[in-house]
Amino acid sequence: MKVYLDNAATTRLDKRVEQAMRPYYSKLYANASSIHQTGQEAYLDLMKVKENIASIIGGESRSIIFTSSATEANNLIIKGLARVNKNGDRKKIIISEIEHPCVREAANSLKEEGFEIIYLKPNKKGIIEKEELEKKIDKKTLLVSVMMVNNEIGTINKVKDLADISHKHGAYFHSDAVQAVPYIKIDISKIGIDFISLSAHKFNGPKGEGIAYIKSGIKIKPEIVGGGQEEGLRAGTYNMPAIIGFGKALELAYLEREKYVKEIRELRDYFWQELKKNIKDVKVNGCLKSRVPSNLNVMFYSIEGEAILMDLSRQGVYVSTGSACSATDLKGSYVLKSIGLDKNYLNSNIRFSLGKYNTKEEIDYTIKCLKNTVKRLRSFSPIK
Amino acid sequence: MALNYTKKTMDHFLKPKNIGQISKPDGYAQIGNMVCGDQLDFFIKVKDGKIKDVKFLSFGCASNIATASVMTEKVKGMTLEEAKNYPWQNIVDDLGGLPSQKVHCSVMAVQGLQKAIADYEERHNDLVKTESRKEKNITKNNTKSKK
Repeated sequence: MKVYLDNAATTRLDKRVEQAMRPYYSKLYANASSIHQTGQEAYLDLMKVKENIASIIGGESRSIIFTSSATEANNLIIKGLARVNKNGDRKKIIISEIEHPCVREAANSLKEEGFEIIYLKPNKKGIIEKEELEKKIDKKTLLVSVMMVNNEIGTINKVKDLADISHKHGAYFHSDAVQAVPYIKIDISKIGIDFISLSAHKFNGPKGEGIAYIKSGIKIKPEIVGGGQEEGLRAGTYNMPAIIGFGKALELAYLEREKYVKEIRELRDYFWQELKKNIKDVKVNGCLKSRVPSNLNVMFYSIEGEAILMDLSRQGVYVSTGSACSATDLKGSYVLKSIGLDKNYLNSNIRFSLGKYNTKEEIDYTIKCLKNTVKRLRSFSPIK
Repeated sequence: MALNYTKKTMDHFLKPKNIGQISKPDGYAQIGNMVCGDQLDFFIKVKDGKIKDVKFLSFGCASNIATASVMTEKVKGMTLEEAKNYPWQNIVDDLGGLPSQKVHCSVMAVQGLQKAIADYEERHNDLVKTESRKEKNITKNNTKSKK
């Protein structure tokens, strides 16, 4: 049996999405920037997708910029906004300590351009509290960026509160919402958010398509220039199959949201009950309540995360870990460190992220494998 | 990141050799810790200046376990001098290569073993000293009694 429990990394493409994409490879392959008929047909389809996405996330279609990934979208928004405002008074950018590396690195790259990066600390549950932002924001703040859902521990931030505080101080607010679909109902007009980033492959869409939502009226400097696509904000030929796939995947995700969220929550809760019942000395990292129903991040006392991952992998169970040994830089999870996990436990964690295609049988099999793995590794651990 | 372990590395990870502990070891050492993410405990038995037995415990990744496993296989039966100088490159070669960020595991394995041998030598020296002190005392006493 093969069990894929790494859906926060990427997901399987939905067959219906694949079907919707297919004609755009070989039949409707025209360049959406061409002005002949078939090109213009593609362009109209592109506009339809934007309108559809806008109506789902409660925004305006003209604010949607297609990018190659959420990483690119985050870079475009953060650097693009800073570069337009480099001669202004507001030279502070506030981000949370638990942002994805693409937000953190994009912000950090602006230090050499005269910007100061301020970090928000999450509470022990893994959530950024509004008091923390109130303490650090001031009239010099240009942008606040806090993710909607954390990628490692799945905790949910109340971005409306954070957006309100940011606006009160005259700052812009951005949220990396990559892990939020479809668990959070994104309503841009309600949240009053200025920027969000999304990525199709996190919700059963194709890889290679993201969006940067940039509220109309806000100026940003493009990163990739060339043929003037997306009102000059992001050059490059439109990736039509992936754009169609993005729209279809988002549509299906929210159409089927209610049933899916209920099912995945039941499955995740069942998984955690069984895990606790069968394996001693385990603990959930971060708040279990305020988290997306797909995520379970667990600390296994006295054994190392990469070894657990590799042992599960040979049994066909695919997970992820934030342990130092699994990282190229040999540094442990900054998220778990930031929420105050004891440093002795930083290298003993596994992230299980469930998705649309997981079944109860798969969870039962995973528990069986985990029991073997944990028993074996603990049998020769020097830590008692 | 790419983590392409060789089949041999995976074999040693899944079925490590010489795993466990020795109840009354002649030498013991711990290297690394939980905070860094890898720890090895080595136990050795020494006879006639040779490694008679060696075992290890591991809190570590697949390559931490595999490197210690393949090394213990090789150093068993070696003289202390040979074992002390066992090069970490041999471990990497034995496993058919390691991902670059994992090479430090092999260094840690040889350092752990060196530390266990040092522990043995320290204890052994103490033992030699104590014995020679005893001998001296005996000689002294004997001399005294002779007087």
